[in-house]
Amino acid sequence: MPFFVVMGGLGGSFVLLIVALLAADIAFTSPKHFAAALSKPEIQHAIRLTLITCTISALLSIWVATPLGYLLSRFSFRGRWLIDTIIDIPVVLPPLVIGLSLLILFHLPIGGTNLEQQMQQLLGVLIRSWNNLIPFAKCYWKPRVTYAEPAVVLAQFSVACAFAVQTMRVTFDQIDPRAEQVAMTLGCNRSRAFLEIALPQAWRGIVAALTIAWARSLGEFGPILVFAGATRMRTEVLSTTVFLELSVGQLEAAVAVSLLMVLAAMVVLGVVRLVGTKVVR
Amino acid sequence: MIELHGITIRSGPFSLTNMVLTIPEGTYAVLMGGTGQGKTTILEAICGLRTVASGRVLLNGSDMTRWKPGDRGVGYVPQDLALFPMMTVRGHLEFALRVRHCSTAMIRDRVAELAHVLGIEPLLERRVTNLSGGESQRVALGRALSFRPRVLLLDEPLNALDEVTRDRLCELLRSIQKESGLTTLHITHSRAEARALAEKLFILEAGRLREHPLDQLNSLPAGSTET
Repeated sequence: MPFFVVMGGLGGSFVLLIVALLAADIAFTSPKHFAAALSKPEIQHAIRLTLITCTISALLSIWVATPLGYLLSRFSFRGRWLIDTIIDIPVVLPPLVIGLSLLILFHLPIGGTNLEQQMQQLLGVLIRSWNNLIPFAKCYWKPRVTYAEPAVVLAQFSVACAFAVQTMRVTFDQIDPRAEQVAMTLGCNRSRAFLEIALPQAWRGIVAALTIAWARSLGEFGPILVFAGATRMRTEVLSTTVFLELSVGQLEAAVAVSLLMVLAAMVVLGVVRLVGTKVVR
Repeated sequence: MIELHGITIRSGPFSLTNMVLTIPEGTYAVLMGGTGQGKTTILEAICGLRTVASGRVLLNGSDMTRWKPGDRGVGYVPQDLALFPMMTVRGHLEFALRVRHCSTAMIRDRVAELAHVLGIEPLLERRVTNLSGGESQRVALGRALSFRPRVLLLDEPLNALDEVTRDRLCELLRSIQKESGLTTLHITHSRAEARALAEKLFILEAGRLREHPLDQLNSLPAGSTET
């Protein structure tokens, strides 16, 4: 009996802390505050932008994390430890440093130009091609990365992808490579063995990595603030909304948005638990 | 015909040096030896899953030492079977034929033929994750035979089966090999299996691969066999 009291007491204190935090938020706010916050056009824009950017960065993360996780899981090569370490950097680095590094990367002069200008030119060409091909759905967006919407996605992706790679690597570690080898004796090349044998087995891991990347993107604040700014109706996402509302003394709105994020995070974590329990522990 | 001409295989601290083996066409050969001697490594070298440091691997007279596994035409049943968990039994039998872009009619006929021979017709639409040991072995065998390989490699295919199922599968292997005339190399620890199937017997012991007279099966060292 004392065993369970001590162990349960120690472990339970953390659970109690989280529950107390949420309970305090709920007690502080009311449906009226919620309705008022959600009726603000700035917050509606932030919700829309958050949903869109989180989804894009999660999809980009899975697109990159699946092949990278597979390579790291299946092959031993010189310098793998270095790649492992590099991938983990966004996980351990302070988020503000990621934002600052992105800012410097895009504005570092390289041969009379910089990455920002190059990206603007590239995006400009893409937009012109789009407008020529589909004249009835013209895009009037001014191509820009820093302090614009692409910066939000890039800031989210820089951190979320690291978590997605870890998840995908664990996923492929748990899948026996023998079946892929047998597929190769049956006439497959390596690509087909990956696509037809390994990938279908990894679906739970893919869903888990996608949801983790989405949840990480939702919670990202530091890199977005530095690299994308917190311009209302432009680069404001829900995490920056909490900061902006707090900075103008609108505590009720900040709490309402926070609870909205808690709700979104709980839905995502629920999906992870439901679908990915076999690969995410 | 399977020929190994002085092959050397290295894997970390483990190595097999100057392995020589000849299995004439249409022969059912059995390879025995103690655990950890490198029997599976030899099979993997033949089917191309393990790089050979030196020497040559010849299948039906063609030097395939540097060929990719998929181009060698080797039917391989690994010890753990390595079935594809997301596929049905039918998917397993169709897989190699789809990879080879065979026609739908040809795939259908071959699957029906194999399912009949292996006695797995009622299982065709089932996923492989809940098959019994004997059923799984049959599916793995069907998958390896589906594309009419040049040679068949079996790595302890009847392991962990009850006696009745083992005898039935032994009978099945013998009849398939007789009908197809397929050169087969079968790894086992079981003298009973060797007695029932082998036309030639090889022993891998202390890094040496040698042929052993079939009539002296009982004289084999205890470490390489079980009764």
